[in-house]
Amino acid sequence: MNIIIIVAVILAILAFVWFLYNSIIVAKLRVNEALSQIDVQLKRRTDLIPNLVETVKGYAKHEKQLFEDVTKERANLVSASSLEEKAKANNQLTETFKSIFAVAEAYPALRASENFMQLQEEVSDTENKIAYSRQFYNSNVLDYNTKLVVFPNVLIAGMLGFKSAEFFAATEAEKKAVKVSF
Amino acid sequence: MNIYSAISSNKNKTWVIMFLFVVFVTTLVYIFSKAMGYGIGLAGIALVIAGFTSIGSYYYSDKLVLATTGAKEIKKQDFPNYYKIVENMCIAAGLPMPKVYVVSDPSPNAFATGRDPKHAVVCATTGLLEMLNDAELEGVVAHELSHVKNYDIRLMGVVAILVGFIAILSDLFIRATFFSNRDDDRGNAIFMVLAIIFAILSPIAATLIQLAVSRKREYLADASGALLTRYPEGLASALEKLEKDKTAPKVASNATAHLYIENPFDNKKVKNFFTGLFNTHPPLEERIKILRQM
Repeated sequence: MNIIIIVAVILAILAFVWFLYNSIIVAKLRVNEALSQIDVQLKRRTDLIPNLVETVKGYAKHEKQLFEDVTKERANLVSASSLEEKAKANNQLTETFKSIFAVAEAYPALRASENFMQLQEEVSDTENKIAYSRQFYNSNVLDYNTKLVVFPNVLIAGMLGFKSAEFFAATEAEKKAVKVSF
Repeated sequence: MNIYSAISSNKNKTWVIMFLFVVFVTTLVYIFSKAMGYGIGLAGIALVIAGFTSIGSYYYSDKLVLATTGAKEIKKQDFPNYYKIVENMCIAAGLPMPKVYVVSDPSPNAFATGRDPKHAVVCATTGLLEMLNDAELEGVVAHELSHVKNYDIRLMGVVAILVGFIAILSDLFIRATFFSNRDDDRGNAIFMVLAIIFAILSPIAATLIQLAVSRKREYLADASGALLTRYPEGLASALEKLEKDKTAPKVASNATAHLYIENPFDNKKVKNFFTGLFNTHPPLEERIKILRQM
């Protein structure tokens, strides 16, 4: 009789752990999926760079430093493996893109070129998409990390080897930016 | 109510409404055929037809809705800005890209339809696209995508078709009952009265169903939409523009009214008990107020 009770209790605990494990793993998979969405958008962005550099070079040959910077940062972003590196490389790129577009102000022929305008449009679209995929990723991370620390999940999450996920950080400038359009 | 409970409640409600529809139509036809002196065979036929309609409404409601509104699918180059905003909001919501449609109509409005996020359609009128700026359009698209994510579109699509069907059916009954020249005995007269009562009740019942499925979820979609854009003011100011606009819609019908972001028949001039009872949407002022408090 006692054995039956013990077995029943063990089974109940196992079922409970199983249930918790599944709920955490689902949240974790959502985080991974959201991360791959960011990667898709970052890839889009790195693909735009050579084209942009070529176009700007055609009009503004002596901005060498800028081209070197952007090419280096592109390489950084492509080779970045950890989330922190990616976020850092991405944020640097955002800054460099800003300087490219600022430089372009001094070259009216460049600004007026159809190709350049289209690229500018694409760059800003990609930046928006990165921002939204980052937002989606971060909300999933929040959800997952919360699952790890609430009771009773916190009792087993560590034992099952779950670690909290990192947020994808925004640049300082972006943190301050308020979206206004009239 | 959070989004996960909203999803399962919507899925369950869809089944319940599909089932109730079959029961309702079969009963209606049974009473009618008794009153008119036809046999039970008619009710059997009704059962089969209602069953197929119910299942059909699950799979084809979006196509029917799009056909009745005259919406056309667009590509990115047709409306690049609108298309990009849908793309961005999908990324923010983690949804697959829906089909994007436009209705050529100066009255500003928007709706979403389909049966799940993988078979979804987002549709806006040309009037809406012209009237709103990017932040406002983002708010509206985010609101519609929240309907997609919550499976509101499945329930609302099924309701649109089944309610439309009941409206047509009861219309037929009223005509058939009043214009038949049969000499009925007393028993049939009772059924006759019942048939009339049913014919009057059914559109009301249908309207009440629409109400039940529509009001709360507008608030929920407003809130989850604002969560996507992180800018409640965008949707608030879009709704304000919709409120001020008085252009009459070209192609909304009673069956599809509840799909839109704003009630297409709301002309704000008639305000009495019945407009309140049959209004498919919560008052815009209320929605704007809640958004501004976020």
